[in-house]
This record gives sequence, C-alpha cells and structure tokens, in this order.
Amino acid sequence: MVAVGPAIGAGMLSVHVDKEFRTPGTPSFHLRINEEFPAGFTVLFGPSGAGKSTLLDCIAGLVRPERGGIRFGEETFFDAERQIFVAPQKRGIGYVFQSLALFPHLSVEENVSFGLAKLADRQRLSRVEPILEVFHIASLRGRKPRELSGGEKQRVALARSVVTEPRILLLDEPLTGLDRGLRQSILEDLKAWNAERRVPILYVTHNREEVDAIGERVMSIADGQVREKGVPQEVLDAPRTLALAQAAGFENLLTARVVEQREEDGVMRVEVDGAQCELEIPLGAATVGETVQVAIRAGDILLATQLPYGLSARNVLPGTVESVEARGTLVRVVVKAGVRFTVHVTPGAVRSLELARDSVVWLVLKTHSCHMVSRR
Amino acid sequence: MNVQALLLSVRLACTVSTLLLVIALPLAYWLAFTAWRGKFLLESVVALPLVLPPTVLGFYALVALGPRGVLGRIWQELFGRPLAFTFTGLVLASMVYSFPFAVQPLVTSFESLDRRLLDASAMLGAGRARSFFRIVLPLAWPGVITAVVLSFAHTLGEFGVVLMVGGNLAGITRTVSIDIYDRVQALDYASANQTALFLLVISFLVLSVVYGVNRRVWSPWGRR
Repeated sequence: MVAVGPAIGAGMLSVHVDKEFRTPGTPSFHLRINEEFPAGFTVLFGPSGAGKSTLLDCIAGLVRPERGGIRFGEETFFDAERQIFVAPQKRGIGYVFQSLALFPHLSVEENVSFGLAKLADRQRLSRVEPILEVFHIASLRGRKPRELSGGEKQRVALARSVVTEPRILLLDEPLTGLDRGLRQSILEDLKAWNAERRVPILYVTHNREEVDAIGERVMSIADGQVREKGVPQEVLDAPRTLALAQAAGFENLLTARVVEQREEDGVMRVEVDGAQCELEIPLGAATVGETVQVAIRAGDILLATQLPYGLSARNVLPGTVESVEARGTLVRVVVKAGVRFTVHVTPGAVRSLELARDSVVWLVLKTHSCHMVSRR
Repeated sequence: MNVQALLLSVRLACTVSTLLLVIALPLAYWLAFTAWRGKFLLESVVALPLVLPPTVLGFYALVALGPRGVLGRIWQELFGRPLAFTFTGLVLASMVYSFPFAVQPLVTSFESLDRRLLDASAMLGAGRARSFFRIVLPLAWPGVITAVVLSFAHTLGEFGVVLMVGGNLAGITRTVSIDIYDRVQALDYASANQTALFLLVISFLVLSVVYGVNRRVWSPWGRR
C-alpha cells in the first residue's frame, strides 16, 4: 500500500438517531440507534429492511433524523436540538452504495478523481495513480462503467471513495455477488488500507464469510434497532433473535414449548411442535410452558445409520430420510423425525452411509448446537 | 418565398428557445426534485399553454402587454417604448406559449436520473453547482436537446399568439405563418405553398433529429 497522505487520527463516531418512516399502507418503521463506532471495521449484519442502509444514510447526511445527534470526535455533524446539520459534501465521509452509483458518463479515471476536484492536476494525478494500482484497475482507466464487469465496478467504487481520504467509510454490501476469490482479495486491499489509516468503517453485509474475514466487531440490527453486538462468533453463532437467526443462515428454526428446566445442569427440555419430539437445549430465559424458537444449523447435526451409544451428545432422534439433494460440495438431507430437520453432510458421507430416500437414520444434536431465540 | 418573414421567424425562435432554456432549467430541476406537495399546481400552470387556444393566450398577452396592461405600463416607464406590436412583446408572448415544451422534457429527464448518483456526487464533496454541471446536465443532455428543439420548432410554427400580440408589421412581427396567411388571403397560392412546404420540411427534419437522437426523453410515441 502506497502512502498517499498523513494517517488520520482515530476519532470516535457517536451516533444517536431516531427517525420514523411512514409509508401509506405499510406499518411505520422506526430507526432508533445509540452507538459508538471506534476506528476499524464494524460489521452491520441483519435481515434486509432492518434499517442498516438507512443508518448509513443518516451518518452520511443523506437522510435527516428527527431526533438525536451525530458526532465525530469533536465535530458535530447533526444535532436536532441545536438545529445543526452539516451537508453531506462537507462531512468528509466515503460511502460505497449498494448500487455503487458509478457516474455512467465518466471513465474509470474520471470517476476515481471526481472527489479530488479541489486539487491541482499534478497533485490529483499523484493521488489517483497509486489508488488505481492498489485496486488493480489501472488498466481500465479509460473505460466507461458499462464496459466493466461486476467485480471491476465494485473496485472502482471502492477506489473512488477511499481516494478522497475519508474520515469515515460507509460500505453498503460492497462485495455482493462477487466470487469468493475476488471477494477475499478486495477485502485484503481494504484491510490493508484500514491498517494504515484506522478510520471508522461501517460495513453492511449479509454474507457470513465476509463477517468472518473482517472479524473485528459485529452489530446485528433488526427492526431499526441494534439487537446484539460483539465479536462475530459470539453474535452470529448464538443468535438471540429470530430475525438474526434467519439472517445468519440457521436452516432449522423450530417452534417448541418448554416442558422442564434443570437449573443445576444448565439445560432445559423442550417439546417441538406439539410433542412431535423432545430436545435438550441450554437453559434460557424462558419459563415452563412458554413457547420459544430453537435455531439449529444444518451443519451442526450428525447423521447415524445405527442407534449410536456412548455419546456425549444429549439429543438422539430416530427418523427417516425424506430427500437427498446435492448442492455443489454439500448435500442437503431432509429427515423427518417428528418434524422435518435439514442436515448438511458431505457427498462422501452420503456414499459411505448409503443415504437415500426412506433410509432409517438417527439425528445427533449437541445441546449447545440448539440455540433458543426469542420471537423478535 | 418571403425571406424577411422567414429570418424574423428564425430570429424569434432562437431568442425564445435560448431564453426559455435559461428559465426552464432551474424550474424543471426544482420540479423534478422538490418534495413540495403543491407542485402539481405549478405543473398545471406550466402545462396550460398545451390546452388553451392560442387566441386565449394571445388575448391575455395583449391585455398584459398593452399600454394599459401591467407589463406594458412598466415597460413603457422603464424604456419609454410600448410592448405590444413589437418584437420584444412577441418574444415574451411566445415564451409563455412554448413554455411547456421547454419544461416538460427537462423535468422528465431529471426525474429519470438515478438519485444515488447525486448522493454519490455529494459524498465526493461536490456542491450543488458542481453536481448540476458535472452529473445532472451531462446525463440529462438528451432532454436539454429535446427542450431546445421543441421550443424552437413550436415557436417557429405559432400563429394565433403572434396575430394577437404582434399584429402584422413587416420585419418586426410578420412571421412565416402570418406571411402564409397573408398570401392565401391574397389568393397567391403558389408562394403560400412555397413557404408552407419549406416550413413543413424544416419541421419534419427537426423532429426526425430529436426522435432519432433519443426516444428516452419526452415524446408522444413512448419508448422505442
């Protein structure tokens, strides 16, 4: 990474926004966020329509909240009470939109240098060149956006927003639709850029892989509010809300009723969907008789063709295979064991177990693979 | 063919379409981007000349521009000259008459712009003026062309308004369409036909250029 400017001191972005959106015919949507964003990556994760993009728009100044304030270090971008509103072009924020919004009539080079209008030609060139190199788009400089592939466009959009040395970077699903290799390499470029500057970067994604690759902090947002925050493993592997479990890709979401709590063992037993089968799950904040949702990853369930014994796993359920469906490098097996479970296994496992429709199998689930999530 | 009348018409059309562009650009931009609820009222006012008979417009223009009208009186006091039956008066009345033809194509092309492009421009530090000249105008260019050409062609062909406020003064207010009318009244069909044919061909060429260049912008024929 070539140094193109002085490293900017780490400022804390503090966001307190409150805004209600009313569209006729739909329930009103209320965005309520009170968070601090330090330098470095913060991943915003959550189902679509949760308010992630709107939050970014508020920080950028493209949407004006009704109440609250947005401050960056000593600076105030927005303060509802003192009637302060700094125009987006004066905030020094870089923003990569989900739609990228490259200027269609300008070449790659003109797009990237658009934000450097105040610099003299020579200075501008000395800033643009290294960025074109870093993002591997130097050979595309003369092309128009319509002549670029999806990945190239995404690189140009990223280059365009970082070349201005933004003090805050907002990225709204900037790598959606790219293949894994390309995504990894662009993420590496971004991480290198960030290592040098340490500015707050808010990164919206639905992609678990991106969350793991970035990995600093993750904040889950649903219905306009922050639900959980922490390191990715804590937040995404043990979702506490149904919306987050859905977004994080938990294939099995079961409705169950608590039948017994064993506080000394730290577990409770639940009856899935009207006594179809029983599971032992970690003790959660629910009382006996209450209905809860249980989320289980398809990859966390083991399949056995004989009744296993001598296992530490506490849940062993008999069932029959309903369907076996190959999906690339994994096979999706649907097992009926009272209710339907989706299980992911490897093609090798399918062959050695000779899994097929109507095979008799046992499902093996560790207690801690079953996560209780609240309804909302 | 009456060259003097033709030149006058071209001069009128050029002046009117240039002035209209200057006025219509900011107005259309505002109409396209405002969230004001009452904007439909302004849109209706802008579209009025499309439905009113030219004689109605001409009549009110004459009243306003005449020595006892508001505009006419102000003009008389400022410049010591009357407005009615002058080239300037003709320009003002024609601007009203061709107003929707300048505004509507611009509004349509501004409205079809991706708003995120303007957001992106702002996030890259561009103020309103820079965003307008570097992003909005280049992308709305077909709309600008359409607005200029349509208001030019519409002014070139107007008759009723000119007759009402301009009268029929050779070299001052006698435009091609008036000239054709005069020739027909004098039963000089041959020279009426010459001028009429010329106007027909010019109008056809102008419209083919506009619709050939772009159909994305306002047109009664929809999208290609």
